[in-house]
Amino acid sequence: MKIAIASGKGGTGKTTVAVNLALVLASKELLTSYCDCDVEAPNGHIFLKPDIEYRHTVSIPAPKVNMDLCDGCRACSDICRFSAIVVLKGEVLTYPELCHGCGGCRMVCSPNAIEEVDRAIGTVIVGNTNQLLYVAGRLNIGEASAVPLIRKVKSELPENGFSIIDAPPGTSCPVIETMRGVDYVLLVTEPTPFGLNDLRLAVETVRKLDLPFSVIINRSDIGNDDVEMYCGVEGIEVIARIPYSREIAEAYSRGDMLINHIPNQIELYSVLSDRLLEHVSSRVAV
Amino acid sequence: MKTITIVSGKGGTGKTSIVSSFASLASPTALADCDVDAADLHLVLHPQIKKSNPFSGAKVAEIDMDKCLSCDLCRNLCRFDAIDIVNMSYKVDHIACEGCGVCVWFCPEQAIEMVDEPSGEWYISETSYGPMVHAKLGIAAENSGRLVTIVRNFARGIAETRDMEYMFVDGSPGIGCPVIASITGVDFALIVTEPTLSGQHDMERISELTAHFNIPTRVCINKWDINVEITKKIEEWGERTGNKIIGKVRFDNIVTESMVQGLPVVEYSKNGVSEDIELLWSNLQEELK
Repeated sequence: MKIAIASGKGGTGKTTVAVNLALVLASKELLTSYCDCDVEAPNGHIFLKPDIEYRHTVSIPAPKVNMDLCDGCRACSDICRFSAIVVLKGEVLTYPELCHGCGGCRMVCSPNAIEEVDRAIGTVIVGNTNQLLYVAGRLNIGEASAVPLIRKVKSELPENGFSIIDAPPGTSCPVIETMRGVDYVLLVTEPTPFGLNDLRLAVETVRKLDLPFSVIINRSDIGNDDVEMYCGVEGIEVIARIPYSREIAEAYSRGDMLINHIPNQIELYSVLSDRLLEHVSSRVAV
Repeated sequence: MKTITIVSGKGGTGKTSIVSSFASLASPTALADCDVDAADLHLVLHPQIKKSNPFSGAKVAEIDMDKCLSCDLCRNLCRFDAIDIVNMSYKVDHIACEGCGVCVWFCPEQAIEMVDEPSGEWYISETSYGPMVHAKLGIAAENSGRLVTIVRNFARGIAETRDMEYMFVDGSPGIGCPVIASITGVDFALIVTEPTLSGQHDMERISELTAHFNIPTRVCINKWDINVEITKKIEEWGERTGNKIIGKVRFDNIVTESMVQGLPVVEYSKNGVSEDIELLWSNLQEELK
């Protein structure tokens, strides 16, 4: 059972919800994983402080040209739509950072002058903490596409048990890759004009992917009522409301787990996890 | 003209609130909302759209089943698992398709072609603070980096024509392609961070990115009084690494209130937070000289 925690807008509390929810599920003796797919700005480790078991480098293939075999036919540069390989004055130039790894250049090269070599784009990190499996990705600095790394990170997740997947903000490719194949999405928002605007985008995205979802309103007592009204009109369930408190903000700033440091939070996350389990188990039954 | 991109690494640190206040303080000025995934600047600056333009970011493969002989070659060659067999018919998963065109090239029946995937709109607008270029990326669309580049370039063109002194670019969270596109070729990056371990962690990552592209970088600590200890650590880090801290903005609910009113906070209130942002702006002007 894979549950993605997503948001549209950044900084609404995805990681807070994901780590606390994951730990509450694990404490119920359910096999649980926390998966950090925000590979550009991963923060889950700050709260979970996992023991790392292993790391491995994730690479994507990029072309390497053997000029002794090249006959200068230019087929490689003709097929490449990403300008990652170009032929200039008989010289074949490659731009690995533009390569999507489709393999087209190698396939069209009739003298077999092109081989594919690995180019590192980031790291997958696997560990554990408090009965919780921890899986995360870290994109290398300067690397544009998080998508292949996210794919690898998700492939580390066990098939059984619960996986709480911390998504990046936004609605574009990295978010879509994170949500692909999950069973349920929790959208975390805040009741402000920015929160509402980005929630609408996130809702459109989840609907396009045809995934069941509900909304968590974080800092539920700030801003205005427009998010509540929007959810009401759209028939979207608000599965939890988390009121603002300075205490939470300060605990968050220090990297403390809310359920271990703030008395009412354990109950809040316990209720949330029960409701979530009801939702996802009824779906499995159907 | 000086172009300044506001970035953060971590989302929700206050980039858009700061940019909208800069718009008010530096008016008239040029603005580009390069957070095309989740654009919010328009909610505060209320642009009047003068021209909207379609954006087709990516091409995707489309299979003509009248020509397809179901040889299965395309499905075997596709590295992105983007070709599925649905009801005995070959179909391209538009979300998975990277647009590489390998299937088009090799299809023996020429049954596949690349078609434009409409993936958003971008707008040239006027605000009461100056021209603004912004965009809406289509849902589940690819190629946000290219859309960011269009927005940034057009805003720059307008700003240069009108001989503007400054242009502000509202960046997106993260360090990936839209962020790289939003800092490419700009004069300055301002990192808006917050004194949380997450904020600090992501600030360090975005500062590595701006250093990687040789962009002079300054830092502003937003909500600095949420955790005075971490604020101090960030200040020490700035000192050590040459990422100068040029402003600290206190935490105040008034920022949210001003957002609800649809106003830059410096117009909504004159004290506290607004004074901090005014000081930040005057320090930034000094740095830009």
